[in-house]
Amino acid sequence: MSQTGQETGQEIGPGRGTGEHREQERGLDASPKVSDRVARTTCYMCACRCGINVHLRDGKVRYIEGNRDHPINRGVLCAKGSAGIMQHYSPARLRKPLLRTGERGSGQFREIEWEEALTLATEWLGEVRMRDPKKLAFFTGRDQSQSLTSWWAQQYGTPNYAAHGGFCSVNMAAAGVYTFGGAFWEFGAADWERTKLFLIFGVAEDHDSNPIKLGLSRLKERGVKTIAVNPVRTGYNAVADEWVGVTPGTDGLFVLSIVHELLKSGKVDLDYLIRYTNAPWLVIDDEGAADHGLFARDKDGKPLVAERGGDKVVAYDKKGVKPALKGRFKLADGPDGGREGVPVFELLARRYLDASLAPEETEKTTGVPADQTRRIAAEIAETAFEKEIVVDQPWTDMKGERHDKMIGRPVSFHAMRGISAHSNGFQTCRAIHLLQILIGSIDTPGGFRFEPPYPRPVGLQPKPHLGPNLPGEPLQGPHLGFPEGPEDLLLEEDGVTPVRIDKAFSWDAPLSAHGLMHMVISNAHARDPYGVDVLFLYMANMAWNSSMNTAGVMKMLSDRDEDGEYVIPKIIYSDAYDSEMVSYADLVLPDTTYLERFDCISLLDRPIGEPDVLADAIRWPVLEPDRDVRGFQSVLLDLGARMGFPGMVKEDGSPRYKDYADYIIHHERKPGRGPLAGWRGKDGDKTGRGEPNEDQLERYIEHGGFFEIELPENTRYYRHANRDWQEWAVEHGVQDSIVENVFQLYLEPLRKFQLSAEGKVQPAAPESHREQIIRCFEPLPDWYAPFEGEAIDEGDFPFHALTQRPAAMYHSWGSQNAWLRQIYGTNPLFVPGAVCDSAGLKDGDWAWVISPHGRIRVPVKRTDAVNPKTMWTWNAIGKRSGAWALKPGAPEASKGFLLNHLINELLPPKGDGMRWSNSDPVTGQAAWFDLRVRIEKAEAPDELSLPQFPPQENPLPKPPENVTWGKEWTR
Amino acid sequence: MTLLPAPSTKRLGLVIDLDICVGCHACAVNCKEWNTGGYGAPLGDVDAYGVKPEGAWLNRIHTFEVSPKDSPAQIVHFPKSCLHCQDAPCVTVCPTGASYKRSEDGIVLVDEDRCIGCGLCSWACPYGAREMDPVEKVMKKCTLCIDRIYNDNLAEIDRVPACVRTCPAHARHYGDLGDPNSDVSKMVAERGGFDLMPEAGTRPVNKYLPPRAKTSPNTPPKQSEQTESLEATGFLGWLDKALEKLG
Repeated sequence: MSQTGQETGQEIGPGRGTGEHREQERGLDASPKVSDRVARTTCYMCACRCGINVHLRDGKVRYIEGNRDHPINRGVLCAKGSAGIMQHYSPARLRKPLLRTGERGSGQFREIEWEEALTLATEWLGEVRMRDPKKLAFFTGRDQSQSLTSWWAQQYGTPNYAAHGGFCSVNMAAAGVYTFGGAFWEFGAADWERTKLFLIFGVAEDHDSNPIKLGLSRLKERGVKTIAVNPVRTGYNAVADEWVGVTPGTDGLFVLSIVHELLKSGKVDLDYLIRYTNAPWLVIDDEGAADHGLFARDKDGKPLVAERGGDKVVAYDKKGVKPALKGRFKLADGPDGGREGVPVFELLARRYLDASLAPEETEKTTGVPADQTRRIAAEIAETAFEKEIVVDQPWTDMKGERHDKMIGRPVSFHAMRGISAHSNGFQTCRAIHLLQILIGSIDTPGGFRFEPPYPRPVGLQPKPHLGPNLPGEPLQGPHLGFPEGPEDLLLEEDGVTPVRIDKAFSWDAPLSAHGLMHMVISNAHARDPYGVDVLFLYMANMAWNSSMNTAGVMKMLSDRDEDGEYVIPKIIYSDAYDSEMVSYADLVLPDTTYLERFDCISLLDRPIGEPDVLADAIRWPVLEPDRDVRGFQSVLLDLGARMGFPGMVKEDGSPRYKDYADYIIHHERKPGRGPLAGWRGKDGDKTGRGEPNEDQLERYIEHGGFFEIELPENTRYYRHANRDWQEWAVEHGVQDSIVENVFQLYLEPLRKFQLSAEGKVQPAAPESHREQIIRCFEPLPDWYAPFEGEAIDEGDFPFHALTQRPAAMYHSWGSQNAWLRQIYGTNPLFVPGAVCDSAGLKDGDWAWVISPHGRIRVPVKRTDAVNPKTMWTWNAIGKRSGAWALKPGAPEASKGFLLNHLINELLPPKGDGMRWSNSDPVTGQAAWFDLRVRIEKAEAPDELSLPQFPPQENPLPKPPENVTWGKEWTR
Repeated sequence: MTLLPAPSTKRLGLVIDLDICVGCHACAVNCKEWNTGGYGAPLGDVDAYGVKPEGAWLNRIHTFEVSPKDSPAQIVHFPKSCLHCQDAPCVTVCPTGASYKRSEDGIVLVDEDRCIGCGLCSWACPYGAREMDPVEKVMKKCTLCIDRIYNDNLAEIDRVPACVRTCPAHARHYGDLGDPNSDVSKMVAERGGFDLMPEAGTRPVNKYLPPRAKTSPNTPPKQSEQTESLEATGFLGWLDKALEKLG
């Protein structure tokens, strides 16, 4: 018998030979039933918030796929989202409220009833609220309900609230909002359909997971070049046309060198700069004066410009003015009489034309060859100015001038964590925005586009608020915001002591728009500025991968004072899973999974808009919980009502909201504006503004869990200066009023802080902070060396160490997932080939990685697709033994590791007696990626990563041996 | 021994674009979740929460590092599943007739009722594309989602393999590679799609598209006039002229 049909030719026909079997003979059913029903809701396997179709069969999840109609993912779904089944049925899921019975960290608990748990929580929280509300620190982690959690904290009256942005990517958000009223993150996107050159900085997997993949794919189809700037060449960087393997923390210098080249060759968009930026604004030049370096203003406070070709100084927004971009001008009017001002643009040109920014010079620090920098600059210039896009779409600008076209400079950018997680991240991100603005590419065709409700410049953002810190008194506004000068800081009367436990909005981190969650435990433990009585955390794994100095933080959480009491007396934690943090809580409030509860992805919070659509979304219980757990948001409302928060009870003291769903429908932050924008009004026919609609959630559910409205064509670009957009936005409740958004190349608030550090204005910065503020708060985007690199001897710690987030995992959630842990169950340290050779390391060896703060022992894998001074590993794979319902010996705990042990939340002591946070001094962003290390070969006969910790017990049944999901539906 | 049918004119398969695969594993996981509740036995996972978790997967992403002579080292992601070969050695080696190739569309399947779990087919497959289910001990392989592509219970647009529907980078395409006018065949022709290991003589239906030539990063674009100093003839001099032009 011949082996193949090919060889036997025609002899083997249909129905002949054992190789041929008809479908019916095989019993194959090619058209089986898929599911009983499909519930369309929103994913929560990461922060991307894609639409998902959950196929349900026999009351269980059969299959999850992407929702084709959804504006974020348009049908596709990543590995994480596809593994949602295993997350929902994870054996690590908590079952009931837990009360600690053993020592903190032991994981010994007893299960209690909800009534007991809520009574206890009310007692602990209520007592503090009536005594000294700031002694509650309420911080949330992967929270997608910040408009509720923040409002709850306002009602409580504590100043100590934030989500996790401070250790996530606040630098991106703050630099963006201050500079142009937008941000990369998830608040904008490249114009994938029109861009002709795309640069992506410091992005592994991140926010906007699926949109970036969809976009990169579109660029490939269109033959558009992508340049990836990242020390590590994986993921997006692996498929990019060109890779710039920059040295960590030097991206800003690379970008400013490009700016240098563009200025040298005159490749900047002067029309754009004059119309939309503060390039022409006059900066007071009066060395030694209290306003030196601030904008010259008229008596109404309007910044001034000089008319070109004359010496007349007028308000910047005077109709028809043709402002000068260079020169020195007498400031005749107002308080500046007799002094001189210089346009921002001239300061900018002088600064960036400086020879120190020539590519040959920056190469020494960035590791990017001068030729490459110069060529990339030329490519940017050529694409922006020789390949201009013109869209025949009339629009009206803020001055009322009608334009018959939209001009595009088709170079787009995206940046994220690799930029932000450095102590110079704010300035580096500003430098990227400077580059975008100089070539006229923000929100123009082919450039980087705002995603509504953005743009939201500082003028549309709140200032940070304090409470009266009086028992039972709410705050008068949100905790977090955007200070515009030292006068907006939150300081005690001495002008120095921070009011907040995380020292946000203090001299340590004046523009800390997202708070500093990474400092809360450390500061509370040091009782600096004070201790707390209750630490209340939600979905934040602070006893493990979300903290720097993990072992230190674990100790702080379980340390006792001289009286034998815990230094942090009470810890309440809510999570759906048995994470490392659970074992350190006194009281655990078990959350539901994302398929079991209502959630609200709100325009009041972090919306899901895409450049052409305004959108928001919900999650809803597509399954009922099979255990005694409750959605955290409903629990918060319950606790608020029990404590009698003014917004959460009716006049008779009864709860105002039955649960979170009831709140989503009925809560109005301002009259007519609530958590959701869609189907408002009694009949559900209003968008953005309108009275509550009893059927609102039903409408969302019918429409796939989201609401979207397409933007009119004339509002799709130039939204920073587009009156049509502004009017549309006001009409649709996106903003209350029309607000100017002039791009701030020169950021005056930074200069104000410098002045206070120079001692010129009150409040003056304390002596201890002056040098740092003067150096790091340059009002034009700047680059300075990352702090940790400066504090150590380069020879002792010659290498950088980083994490990259794998596309198939997200933080620590993934390791409990039976499918995802087969993909990333361990995380070797990837070490550059030359470093391996000099340290005598080969694949499978173990090494000590040593930082100024600690040492870890890790398995090694060789790579050359990396910057030669950088080693890296996957983020948050390593686990504490016993956590996440993993069995003893699970590789996540035995071989997996965290770099966190090498990173301190404080910088090495400077001998000044101060505790300097390892953070960006502008925003407080945790400087994870500043880490410097050396590496040495290690013996590891036990094949264990170090450090190891005693296993935590867990209050859960043993996980199953095997998983055979879907068996009942197969034959 | 099992015979192959006469070559079919219809040859359903996948085209996988290595130019854009970012190695995100979406295809592999979505495949697993569809198929564990679909055709044949579930895709079991043993020791799922333990020391050595091992499950059956129909599609896996392999990652390689290549170091070209004249450019920096790079990572290549390589998704691999059954290639539905025209001369499928996994079929002819099967002692029971469990492993078979469909005459109507060329899909290679395992009839699990006849599979005795001997594993010969996975030895015969040069690609390592078959996996023994660790729980049920039957051979598992890509079915091209045969219970999707012909499934009347799904909307027509969804009658494609799960991996294709979910791929966020659109690196996976499905169609009839026996039809030279199909989109996938045209794509293969245009992009120089290739057979994996042609030397194995298996004539795979699935094709891979090679990474596109990178857009010539080494060709310098047109250089603009350089401005060397800040003097009147330099940047600020240029500025005057440029502003004049602006009017």
